[in-house]
Amino acid sequence: MITEVSLFRTFLVVLQCDLVIGFRQRGDMLNPVVFFLMVVTMMPLGITPQANTLAGLAPGLLWVVALLACLLSLNSLFRADFEDGSLEQLILRPQSLYFVVIAKVIAHWLTIGLPLTLVAPLLGILLSLPAEGVVPLWLSLLLGTMTLSLIGGIGAALTVSLSKGGLLLSLIIMPLYVPVLIFGASSVRFAVEGLPYLGTLAVLGTFCALALILAPLATVGALKMSVQE
Amino acid sequence: MGWQWFHRLGSPRWFYEKTSRWMFWLALVTVVLLIVGTVWGLAFAPMDSKQGNSYRIIFIHVPTAFLALAGYYVMAIAGAVGIIWQIKLSYMVMRSAATIGAVLTFIALLTGAVWGKPTWGTWWVWDARITSMLVLFFLYLGVIALQGAYQNGVTANKASAILALVGTVNIPIIYKSVDWWFTLHQPATLKFMGESSIDISMAYPLLVMISGFYCLYAWLMLHWTRAEIVESEQKTVWVRDLLKG
Repeated sequence: MITEVSLFRTFLVVLQCDLVIGFRQRGDMLNPVVFFLMVVTMMPLGITPQANTLAGLAPGLLWVVALLACLLSLNSLFRADFEDGSLEQLILRPQSLYFVVIAKVIAHWLTIGLPLTLVAPLLGILLSLPAEGVVPLWLSLLLGTMTLSLIGGIGAALTVSLSKGGLLLSLIIMPLYVPVLIFGASSVRFAVEGLPYLGTLAVLGTFCALALILAPLATVGALKMSVQE
Repeated sequence: MGWQWFHRLGSPRWFYEKTSRWMFWLALVTVVLLIVGTVWGLAFAPMDSKQGNSYRIIFIHVPTAFLALAGYYVMAIAGAVGIIWQIKLSYMVMRSAATIGAVLTFIALLTGAVWGKPTWGTWWVWDARITSMLVLFFLYLGVIALQGAYQNGVTANKASAILALVGTVNIPIIYKSVDWWFTLHQPATLKFMGESSIDISMAYPLLVMISGFYCLYAWLMLHWTRAEIVESEQKTVWVRDLLKG
């Protein structure tokens, strides 16, 4: 018997499934956060422990490290599904893969990007980020990490069939992260300097919306190509 | 008359034989233009009042920078044609464009650094256009790295074509962001619309050099693509006959 399943229902099922898997493998979820914490700890050791120097560097440093943490976690986005063959099954369904990809990316963001965003203000205190910068840091990472996950999905899909895809994934995706980094770090810096920062946040929001529409298209194409190999 | 020529263009053998006749003439035009442009630019164009003789590197810097950018679109369009019409020849063009484009971007960055030393007093400035060029270089490297990572040629082609297309959508965004981020570079000197701020006696040799470099690019692309054809078709009869001479 063939039962009709709506697109929205598929979306919810995939999202729920990935979230359950994500929360059960707590290590995978915590590792990026621990990485974030450790690299931020390296900064005062490597540069200077002086609070005023660190405060100037904090917006950029926090953003770069969050970006790296996000990048390092991308490799696993489609890996398990590719290896056990469920990706192939998802592609074989008559429905479009588009919403499945969005669901998977959102699940990735909820388990990786969101925890990073939540601990970021705490790490801001470690780097003596001025208090005015905390809310913009939080908001910019909230919008930014979503975009990073969406764009990163393309790279993850392109390299999923390669056994040593990790570093390559970073190489091909990092140039595409430039705009997000620029506007994300600028929002925080503007706020610290007392300038209006809502404009740059709005641009980040635009990037997020654009990536939400366009990036899954490329991801779908890349996934189909990877499975064909 | 229809789309026959288009499909014929997709045949590596037809392409190889057709372009054999062009190679010599294209090389000749390239050499003539480059020699004329170089001699004119280096020896006869007047000295710049502020920058002295150091500005003369513009005759290499500007053409390579033009082509580095245009080359990305050549690569992406070739990749798109490959994905849409499944033409293997266009993937070969894409691979050639990636390598040549990366080299040209590197030359543009290098000549920019050499030019920056006497004029700005430093090899490297983090300004908008230099940074965008560097990002463009990384985009090229990404496509080349992805191409090299796959064992299977067909998948490698498709993967790098998708990446090239994603890059195409991103290039304007990256450029605008970097532009907004910081700008310290002198504004563009050569404009097609409106009056250009470069003196006419310097603009002519520059235009000759730009056309020379465009011909060089075309020649390199053809040459490289032909080499790709011979390599990937080496098991066919016509390539064996060709190699036997």
